[in-house]
Parts: sequence; structure tokens; C-alpha cells
Amino acid sequence: MNFVKKFLALPNDSKTKTIGVALTLCLVCSVAVSAAAVVLKPIQEQNKLLDKKKNILQIGGLLKEGQSVEDAFKQVEPKVVDLATGEYVTDVNPDTFDARAAAADPKQNVVLSREQDIASIKRRAQYATVYLVKNPQGQVQKIILPVHGYGLWSTLYGFIALQADANTVVGLGFYEHAETPGLGGEVDNPQWKAKWQGKAVFADNGKVALSVVKGAAPEGDPKAIHQVDALSGATLTSRGVDNLVHFWMGENGFGPYLQKIRTSLPGGSS
Amino acid sequence: MNLEARKVITTPLVANNPITLQILGICSALAVTSSLKTALLMAAALTTVTAFSNASISAIRHHIPGSIRIIVQMTIIASLVIVVDQLMKAYAFSTAKQLSVFVGLIITNCIVMGRAEAYAMQNPVGMSFLDGLGNGLGYSLILIVVAVIRELSGSGSLLGFGILPLVNDGGWYVPNGLMLLPPSAFFIIGMLIWLIRIRYPEQQELHDFKIHEKHGLGNR
Repeated sequence: MNFVKKFLALPNDSKTKTIGVALTLCLVCSVAVSAAAVVLKPIQEQNKLLDKKKNILQIGGLLKEGQSVEDAFKQVEPKVVDLATGEYVTDVNPDTFDARAAAADPKQNVVLSREQDIASIKRRAQYATVYLVKNPQGQVQKIILPVHGYGLWSTLYGFIALQADANTVVGLGFYEHAETPGLGGEVDNPQWKAKWQGKAVFADNGKVALSVVKGAAPEGDPKAIHQVDALSGATLTSRGVDNLVHFWMGENGFGPYLQKIRTSLPGGSS
Repeated sequence: MNLEARKVITTPLVANNPITLQILGICSALAVTSSLKTALLMAAALTTVTAFSNASISAIRHHIPGSIRIIVQMTIIASLVIVVDQLMKAYAFSTAKQLSVFVGLIITNCIVMGRAEAYAMQNPVGMSFLDGLGNGLGYSLILIVVAVIRELSGSGSLLGFGILPLVNDGGWYVPNGLMLLPPSAFFIIGMLIWLIRIRYPEQQELHDFKIHEKHGLGNR
């Protein structure tokens, strides 16, 4: 205690006191900040999970007014898919499977080569969680797939929802990104998101045709079904969205899985 | 509560308001007032930070070396802002998401820094806390007034509940889209300053120069 008293009695502008005060202050502040972060983390995680569920429901057009998220989520069945084969994996729990953690784990990830990695994500998990929306008779109505890829500043994390034909888009949206508000951040603009509705992902030859382009073809043009108008003032974010759609719908993403669904459809082609 | 303490809390509300007299914290006042909910949360966050930063800076004011004075204040303010941000992410997630960068930007809000430097460095802990509280409430008051006007005229609702029936839903009110854009906050704050200066004429600034009548050219 004597030491503390001596320290406090030093003139404020002496070197020892200046450095001492700075050090003590930093220690106290960092303890406060990290304590808050650690204590509140479980609640924040829960919020994030709820937010993610809400996003899945919104993008799939499933959230009705006055219905709680948990209630609405009951019609959604999460399933884990092996991306390479397109088969469902039964020995992984879809409720606890974390694709982001798996993508960082060398035992569970796939490193993408430069040519494959159009979405600039470097590596992806072997498996992915898909969300199937079923009607009371048990038929699949909508398929909601997680997508992510690099935009301008950040990785955009979101979902794309498809009709049961695994081709027609129901919606696309992002729940996490850090693009410039007002420019790239307009990926959250409901008017822009509405442009995705009804677009077709695949061309007749089975290749991914859905693109984000500057000056999309007008309504009625045969190309219009595959084109979404880019965001003005956000060329790189638009390009990022275009790339991540191509990646996740393509052969290194959900391509094999979607292919399987399309061939199993009655009258399915290719 | 004694007279001095009451004065410290009440004068920043209208007479010495940080926004309308000192013209501080305008940036966030423009950005977060398009809906009342975000404005309320922002007001609560800023009031908490100002009050506690004032109190903690005042508590160590005799031991802050002059050469690193500003850095010490910034460190305390920044830590408080992070704690408040974490709390909001835990207990008001969706609104906190809408506020996005503006919570972090409380660090650079001139009101917090200004009160720390102007008041907390010279005054005891209790009074500094009240001063921070008063200035935070003054900021909150303007934010709430602006947000009520903007949300009501811009989207016909308050706190998300419809008040004026919109034309789109078969009502009579055509929402004024301009009120949802940041410039409208400038107009409203400008008018508030005008009103307050009518009430308190001593706030009116003197002219920098006077236009004189021209002499010597008459009698022609």
C-alpha cells in the first residue's frame, strides 16, 4: 500500500506517473471490456441464432405477422448435405452443425483451387445445412440454401430460397455483411431483393445462368429470366453477389445436390 | 436535491442544450432519428456513456497527467461505448443492428468528450455524473422531438405502430418521403434552434458586422 501511496504522490507530469497511469488505465479498461464480452456472449449467440432463423423464414417468405419465429420455424426441416455427392448426411446433427467452424477445420473442409474459388472464400466445409420447407402432407415446397462470398469489404453471409423445382428463385438475402451503407449495403434493400423473385437459376443446358448484370434485360426479353439488375454505385458488391451465386449454385457448391433434386422430379430433365 | 445539482441537470435540457446551443453531436442526430425506436436506444446509450464517463474521469481527475489527458479520456469513453454496445447486442439485438456504426461512433461524439474536458476535469464525482446525465438528457430530448416529427410525417407511425392511415393501405395520409432522409433533421433542428432563441433572446448571436446607412451622398 505504501508503494501505491508513493506513486499517487508523484507529480502528475513525471514520466513514471504518466506511464504508470496509462498502464493501469489500460489494464482496468481491458478487464471491463473483456468481462462484458465474455459474460454477454451466450445471450448474443442466442440472438444471432434467432436472427438467422428469422432471416431464413423471411427469405423463404414464411414469416406471417403475429407468428413467433420459433413457431414459424417448425415447418422448416434442417438437413445436412454432403456437397460433393449431393446426398443427405445422417450422422451429423443439423441443429448443431456449424458450417463456419467446419470450414476452418482442416479435417472437415475442402480447400478450393484458384479456378474453383470464384466467390473468394478459399475453403468451404464438406457439408452444408439446407433448410427444407414442407407442407403438412410432407412434400417439399421450398429449399433454402446458405450462401456466402466476398463482396467489397466483407464476406456476405445469406440464404437463397428456391422453389421445389430447384430452379426458380423465391428470394435471396444476407443476414451478415459490412458493405458500405447506402451503396453496397443496399443488398438489404427490399426493392432490390424483390428483383430476385421468379428468376431461374439454370439455363436449359444445366449451367448456372443467373447473373447480376449492369442494365438487366427488360421484362419479356428471353434473357430477363436469368438476369438481375446490379446495384448502382456498388459494382464490386454486385460482382461479389454474382460470384457467390455462381459458386454456390455451381458444381463446387450445391450443384450436385440441386441436380439430384431436379432429376428426381416427375418429368425432370437432364 | 440541492439547488446546484438541480441546475446542473436542468439547464442542459433546453437553455444550454448541447445540440441546439453548442451545436454538438449533430451527425448522429441526423442519422438515427428516422424512427423513434432507434432514437430512443441511441439516446439511452449516449446518456449512459456521458454520465459514467464523466463520473469515472472525475474520480481520477487529480491523477491524470496533463500530457496524456485526452488519451486517458478517450480510453475511458471507448471502453464504456464497447460495454454499452455489447449490452445492446445482448438485450436489444434487432434495434442495435439498425443503429450499426452509430453506437461505435458515440466515441467520437463531441458531447461526451466536451463534457469530460469542460466539466468532469474540474468537478467532483457526483456533480460530474449529474452533469453527464443532464447533457445526455438534453441530447435525448432533441433526438426524441426530431424522431417523433420525422417518423410521424415520414411513415405515419410512432414506434412502428400506425397512427396516420397511409394512402397505400386505403387511408388518407400521403407519407412525406423527404422526412425519412437525413436533411429533414437539419430543417427540424434549425427550427428548434429558432424557437429556443425566441424564448431565450440572450442566445441570439450579435452580428459580426453592421450595415451602415451611406452618408454624404444625400442633398442632391
